[in-house]
Amino acid sequence: MKRIQEKAAQRAFGDNQIIRVSARMMVPFIQLFGLYVIVHGHYSPGGGFQGGVLLGASYILLALAFDLKTSLKTFSESMNSILGTTGALIFVGTAVLCALVGGLFLDYSALEPLLPLGPIEWRSFGIFIVEVGVGLAVMSIMLSLYWDLSSGGELDEGL
Amino acid sequence: MTGLTAEIVAKYNYWLYVILMMVGLYAMIGKKNLVKKLLGMNIFQTAIILLYVSSGVKRGAGIPIVDKYKALAQGVDPTLVVNPLPHVLMLTAIVVSVSVTGVALAVLLRIYREYGTLEEDEILEKIGK
Amino acid sequence: MKAIALLCSLITGAVLLYGVQDFAPWSDPASPASTHVSSHYIRNSVPETHVPNIVTAVLGDYRGYDTMFETVVIFCAGMAVICVLRRSKS
Repeated sequence: MKRIQEKAAQRAFGDNQIIRVSARMMVPFIQLFGLYVIVHGHYSPGGGFQGGVLLGASYILLALAFDLKTSLKTFSESMNSILGTTGALIFVGTAVLCALVGGLFLDYSALEPLLPLGPIEWRSFGIFIVEVGVGLAVMSIMLSLYWDLSSGGELDEGL
Repeated sequence: MTGLTAEIVAKYNYWLYVILMMVGLYAMIGKKNLVKKLLGMNIFQTAIILLYVSSGVKRGAGIPIVDKYKALAQGVDPTLVVNPLPHVLMLTAIVVSVSVTGVALAVLLRIYREYGTLEEDEILEKIGK
Repeated sequence: MKAIALLCSLITGAVLLYGVQDFAPWSDPASPASTHVSSHYIRNSVPETHVPNIVTAVLGDYRGYDTMFETVVIFCAGMAVICVLRRSKS
């Protein structure tokens, strides 16, 4: 037992073929499931918050199994900030657009002149748009929280 | 005594959450380590979230996802669906708790960088010098 | 300090447990939370929004203002962590 522990202590953390291959195989499926949870939030448990956390967790798994640089290579820091801002902007933009088109703030049925779906279907579709925005924002913030907290803000070393 | 036992059995969920909240409050006040204080705050938040979610449970009711076409044709019976409002409120509360934990951990990292410790009394000593 | 903390938490817990006796029992269908306003949402959310998941309907539509500022809160938390921790590479 002690020899195994010593051996494990010498090896770099996560530097293992099994962990790498299984993490690399699981990441696309986690992302697909995250997208499913966001998109299918109308018909099953789920929505923007949960799906966003799943999408962020897939990149965090990548960072845990390899290292921080690999996850930064697959999903760059500037892209992360752009996506997070876009997510928050989608939500607020939809709300403001409702007011600009002539309805009340956040009253999605006022968006009917843009696309003739019917006011009730527009309320359903507006919820979908908003959930996508929430998912993007939550994903980017989860990822940036992990990056900053695990490396102490340096973004080069760390977990 | 039977009255108290019957009371506890009928409301055992609230008793459990109050005990959980006491654990969190004790950790927030009594512990010297700042990370332990943060964990106590998380336990406290969990107790409050559980309290709200448990207030939405109805005996014999199902999940708040209904069949759309059936609901449009016949309407929904409110006694067959659990109360969805606590779930919505606590969904947002969980997100706030994650945000608060993230910001608190960042501040704790800064404190550790500045003072080299996370023990409250040692930090106060270093500030007093 | 530990004694004070124990005393504080015990007193708070005792007060809360005293208040618990006014609560409705666990999973009571006639509790105030289940009878007051929630039945309105359960009855009307599907005809008004065509979303089968009532939680999503309430989250995105009826309480959209709340959810919007929720997103703003989590965005601000991310910005705060970046401002507190991140150092420039140069």
